[in-house]
Amino acid sequence: MLNRTLHISTSPHITDGTSTDAIMRNVVWAMLPVAAFAVYSFGLNALFVMTTAVVSCVLTEHVLCRLSRKESTVSDWSAVITGLLLGLTLPPIFPLWMTFCGGVIAIGLGKFMFGGLGYNVFNPALVGRAVLQAAFPVAITTWLPSFAIDRFQHVSSSVLALPFMEPTVDAISGATPLSAFKFDHVITPTYDLAFGLVSGSTGETSAIFILLGGLYLVVRKMMNWRIPVAILLTVYVFSGVLHLVDSTIYPSPLFMLFSGGLMLGAIFMATDMVASPLTPMGVVVYGVLIGVLVVVIRLWGGLPEGVMYAILLANAVSPHIDNLIRPRVYGTAKSRGT
Amino acid sequence: MLTNNTFKHGVHPPEHKDETNKSPIRQFPFAPLFILPVEMHIGAPAEILVRQGQEVSRGQVLAKAGGYVSVPIHAPVSGTIRSLGNVHTISGKMVQGIYIEPFPSSTQEVMEGTPVDVESANPEQILQAIQDAGIVGLGGAAFPTHVKLKVPDGKHCDTLLINGIECEPFLTTDHRVMLEQADDIFMGIRYLIKVTSAKRVIIGIEANKQDAAKHLAWHIPRGLPVEIKVVPVKYPQGSEKMLITSLLGHEVPSGGLPIDVGAVVVNVATTAEIGRLLPHGRGIQERVVTITGPAVKKKGNYLIPIGTPLRFVLEEVGVTDNISEVYMGGPMMGVAVSNLDISIVKGTSGIVVFGEEHVTKSEKIFPCIKCGACVDACPIFLNPSKLGILAKFEAYDKMAESYNLMDCFECGSCTYVCPSHIPLVQYFRLSKSIVRKRKTKEVTNA
Repeated sequence: MLNRTLHISTSPHITDGTSTDAIMRNVVWAMLPVAAFAVYSFGLNALFVMTTAVVSCVLTEHVLCRLSRKESTVSDWSAVITGLLLGLTLPPIFPLWMTFCGGVIAIGLGKFMFGGLGYNVFNPALVGRAVLQAAFPVAITTWLPSFAIDRFQHVSSSVLALPFMEPTVDAISGATPLSAFKFDHVITPTYDLAFGLVSGSTGETSAIFILLGGLYLVVRKMMNWRIPVAILLTVYVFSGVLHLVDSTIYPSPLFMLFSGGLMLGAIFMATDMVASPLTPMGVVVYGVLIGVLVVVIRLWGGLPEGVMYAILLANAVSPHIDNLIRPRVYGTAKSRGT
Repeated sequence: MLTNNTFKHGVHPPEHKDETNKSPIRQFPFAPLFILPVEMHIGAPAEILVRQGQEVSRGQVLAKAGGYVSVPIHAPVSGTIRSLGNVHTISGKMVQGIYIEPFPSSTQEVMEGTPVDVESANPEQILQAIQDAGIVGLGGAAFPTHVKLKVPDGKHCDTLLINGIECEPFLTTDHRVMLEQADDIFMGIRYLIKVTSAKRVIIGIEANKQDAAKHLAWHIPRGLPVEIKVVPVKYPQGSEKMLITSLLGHEVPSGGLPIDVGAVVVNVATTAEIGRLLPHGRGIQERVVTITGPAVKKKGNYLIPIGTPLRFVLEEVGVTDNISEVYMGGPMMGVAVSNLDISIVKGTSGIVVFGEEHVTKSEKIFPCIKCGACVDACPIFLNPSKLGILAKFEAYDKMAESYNLMDCFECGSCTYVCPSHIPLVQYFRLSKSIVRKRKTKEVTNA
């Protein structure tokens, strides 16, 4: 009876059952309602853009793993997140060939070059988007009005533009709330912003669905809630103070919160575990930094939107935040920085 | 009695204590052969005093302490020394040991020694008696208790903490000892007060053992300065440092000992053993062990003679056909057994057996995604994520100097919560031993 071979392993012999691929999968689930709403409001265009982004990212990851003779890592689902996030940040009528390039850059430059999952300094999706913004400044600021009547029948010719060809814009470009504010000083009502009745990037228009996705991840303990809370609170307070100082120049804090990519960025981008700090205190500093940068870029910068650059900059300093802000180790007099 | 005071961070593994905590301690039968390794405590190995073929009686000293940090070994049964030779131990190392064959029809009376009276004996005599009784920390550490109880010159012990936390999942030995051996525990406390000159005594118990807390509170003898504190359930509260923080609110300085904050911590089963053995001048020859786990048929708490072969224990309690992993100790800090020919030693608090279907199959290891779960779990506020990466780069000195590696007491909370299944605590064990080796080299070279 007792001559079986015993397995040995090092302690602890039990785990709490969490798993990295499960976390990644759940992040994807949390983003699906946002993606679904994007398709609902922008039609087939959005569906094509997001699908292309996901396929491009997964394919790039698989091919690069194969080329470097490693086991493919697509099964950890992180490439799907990058693809979906990239798709959500692009305009709904962004040409598919450009979207594909964005995916290749996001995974290749933003993730694989640093060593793959766990080693990326920046959020890979934002690296892809930043390169696209530099390369195709016109296409990435050409918007589609939401809820176009023919959105489920008609695919914009711009989306289907041939590779290396500039898209011909057939849609009426609808200004986003932020560009309307920046260039024409028009304020969009908060209600329209919260429920996504506005124009904008594929997945940034419905604050409600984004918040629901975030709530799901926080409840399942798969997201650090301190990051979005710190960002949103900072933006609210900072822009609120400015609004009190001069409400003719500075928009209301609610407009700042619900417009543009702030919700999407604060909840799904800035919370990239790999590119954000580790400690509770470090995470708060990181969130405040993003919040301040967003307001500064939006109100005083040349661009209407600043969430992407704010997060990328904060990603870059997050290892330094971890180095400088260290919790005091039990039984030591005070924390030691290096 | 009930407090909300506890240490920060930590984890909450499923307890699985209901499976054995109602099971009273039962005497285990004698095995046909006993195996006693001379290294079953921390410190110098015991030195064998008997020879092959010699007849010994239960309680007789078989091996004497090999130094100050060492304890003797007593015969768990009356019988014949069959041989002296190498025996297996849990670590995989073969050490010198004693094989005893019990007399078939002996009544197994225990030899009486010289009693040590708690009123008349002085602290030195009691410490000597504790060493002579072969007592080590029964919580699992197996560190000689008399060494721990010796208050160094210039320090003083203000509080004696009796550790009844038992935070390891599955194990209920301390729970049962508290329910069934209250008188022994309080007798032990009398000896310990005498030795440490502590002004007060606190028995720390987790909230999942309220019955034990009530039982002990009911039995506190008049005039004994004992207080019982019930703290919330959390792992690793049973570690000395965490227990002191939970009960006293102090932190033990990095690299220091509990006595640096005026405390001495003794496990509750160890205390009971002192209280039972010293009045008779006996040595330790058996201990309470929880035998449990999904693959065990007759789960429960057993009083098992030291040196009983593990194979015999499992045959007696019955295990399912598909046993896969056997742990000595609990599942958080216990050691996986590779060979059933080892025996129950003084530090064995539990045997947990998992069948094939209960073992978390060798899970895929992902890269660290910096989720910070380990940072939120570490009870001493280390950064296991960073330490894990440094360990991979073999930056052991940096781990020790800049990231407090040596403060890690290997509770395994970081590994328990890691979604990437990185064996962090194993990295740290290896790293620590490498740092220690380098240090000794430096010292010898200097």
